[in-house]
Amino acid sequence: MCAMEPTEAQLVEMFRRMVRIREFDERAGLLLERAIVPGAVHLYVGEEAVAVGVCAQLNDDDYITSTHRGHGHLIAKGGDLGKMFAEIYGKATGYCHGKGGSMHMADQSLGILGANGIVGAGGPIAAGAGYTCKFRKQGQVTVCFFGDGAAAEGSMHEAGNLAAVLNLPVIFVCENNLYGEFAHVDEHHAISDIADMATGWGMAGAVVDGMDVLAVFEAAGEAIARARRGEGPTLLECKTYRFYDHLGRDYGLTKRPEDEIAHWKARDPIARLGTALAERSLISAADQDRIVEETRAEIEAAIAFAQESPEPAPSALLEDVYVPEPAGTTNG
Amino acid sequence: MPEKLFSQGIVEAQAHEMRTDPTIFVAGEDIELGGVFATAKGLREEFGSRVFNTPIAEAAMTGLAIGAAATGMRPIVEIMFMDFMTVAMDQVVNQMAKMRYMFGGETRLPLVLITHAGAGHQNAAQHSQSLEAWFCHVPGLKVVWPSDPYDGKGLMIAAIRDDNPVIYITNKLALGTRADVPDDAYTVPIGKAAVKREGEDVTVVAVGAMVPEAIKAADAVAERGLSVEVVDPRTLSPLDTDTIVRSVRKTGRAIVAHEAVQFCGYGAEVAAQIAQHAFDALDAPVLRVGAPFSPVPFNPNLEKAWLPGAEEIIASIEQLIPTGARA
Ligand SMILES: Cc1ncc(C[n+]2csc(CCOP(=O)(O)OP(=O)(O)O)c2C)c(N)n1
Ligand SMILES: [Mg+2]
Repeated sequence: MCAMEPTEAQLVEMFRRMVRIREFDERAGLLLERAIVPGAVHLYVGEEAVAVGVCAQLNDDDYITSTHRGHGHLIAKGGDLGKMFAEIYGKATGYCHGKGGSMHMADQSLGILGANGIVGAGGPIAAGAGYTCKFRKQGQVTVCFFGDGAAAEGSMHEAGNLAAVLNLPVIFVCENNLYGEFAHVDEHHAISDIADMATGWGMAGAVVDGMDVLAVFEAAGEAIARARRGEGPTLLECKTYRFYDHLGRDYGLTKRPEDEIAHWKARDPIARLGTALAERSLISAADQDRIVEETRAEIEAAIAFAQESPEPAPSALLEDVYVPEPAGTTNG
Repeated sequence: MPEKLFSQGIVEAQAHEMRTDPTIFVAGEDIELGGVFATAKGLREEFGSRVFNTPIAEAAMTGLAIGAAATGMRPIVEIMFMDFMTVAMDQVVNQMAKMRYMFGGETRLPLVLITHAGAGHQNAAQHSQSLEAWFCHVPGLKVVWPSDPYDGKGLMIAAIRDDNPVIYITNKLALGTRADVPDDAYTVPIGKAAVKREGEDVTVVAVGAMVPEAIKAADAVAERGLSVEVVDPRTLSPLDTDTIVRSVRKTGRAIVAHEAVQFCGYGAEVAAQIAQHAFDALDAPVLRVGAPFSPVPFNPNLEKAWLPGAEEIIASIEQLIPTGARA
């Protein structure tokens, strides 16, 4: 999959996945707000075009590293909604058997190496997975999703340089949503385009409209094709926006200007693709509504699965600290 | 005395010192909003640019404190979750802790690194750890962990005034508790433990969040006629061994409790100190209460099972003095 023009089937699938992410996180946000699920949930609403545009260019055996705001990455790469909700509920049937939660989901079978609670930690891990891809010579690639805030961490810069020096098939995808926690990106960086860091890292870099899934699809397609050909890493900066707060829907700490919110909401990536699809007579507005309804049913089924699932057994506490070993080789 | 939030006492301590010492500054992620645990709430409003946000870069933030302290400032830098201290470990362990010794005793690093530890809020493996033992293992660092609002304010003032680097740890959940805290400035001396409750039969040396848990345990076993002495080191390094040994010599039994993973935890050091200095006074082996050997799980029930607390302390007391036996 590296054609720059998406097929009709791809377009429809991208629409579906964006809707799936949107509906998933709208519900996840509500569940957190009503204290039905424990812990913290970081919502991807508004940023759907980034994960979906990139992952539409990936195969199941390609790898991604994700972030604390990771639901979108998982769903875009084919994650199972039931296992995701079950994990958010802390249930035994969840992706991590209830031991990770929203911030720590992984699916090894889909090459999803894990969401991460440590900002910037995915960069070096992506370099390592990229090394495996290079070693295997099967054209696999690794995508590292990271935030604008994460771009200030030393780990990201070490990883970028390392990936370039080793010529690794890694695509660093910066999701610049204008905020790192509660502070505007201008407080995090003196430069205005994170993509400019590519110069210092020694790789190609580009700014992409992260609210336009077709633009993301195209830019990611080029970068991924280069990586598959052994031509090294790329840094893509996708300009996007989170429609909700850093944590949950309204944590109450981020002060964002109303006109800024309005400006970005007017560029809603799902509405935008929807309009394009209707214009091209690929999916009518009515069919789009039907997709939303179908997705909502899928989400409700996934939530029901999570609710009905069992709690982890007490013995799970001490399992999986290590690969199973003979008795007596762990610390009591 | 007015009742205040634990976090508010920490704010007052910083504000008080900042009013008289212009070299103090406060930096951290989202610190202008008061920090996510409110331990700097309102400081930006009063002190303007002396309180500033940093990019998300714990190694550089810590280095900023070191470099500024070495050249005449008194920085207070917040590393939001103790788990994120790991990102700054070279700066803490190889630089901050060693500069003075390595460079012939010329350097002074009057800085405070404040960080927030502990589980119990379903934030899973990377936002819940208590890593105090790592820092106590490194010569050159002072490590304090106040367990109540009064000590919180007094130890913060002492930490700011100290000419050495101080790692100031709080328990996140404790920051929302209230107690009487004086309005004016006072210090709780670094290196002095406190007997938080007097007793005769067993000593519980408790760290951070385990102090209120030990007091709960003491209340519970008081019903069966046992009297428990609770000692809070408050400063984990340098440790006030004398106060602990004095207590154990009186009671003849000791338990060390902390939330951190028990294996190779801080309790091992305290137990060894007791064994070394009060062996002849001991009626039983020193017991430890700590978390099991696993990361912190997300699921609330598993997390509860992971978390040590009053229940485990009571079980240890029962083990030392079985029901029926007299102290
Ligand atoms: C090493 C580390 N430092 C700080 C944090 C606290 N934190 C969690 S998310 C976040 C902001 C990240 O911003 P960005 O990378 O832009 O991602 P976004 O939340 O905008 O998707 C911060 C500071 C953390 N989790 N890890
Ligand atoms: Mg961001």
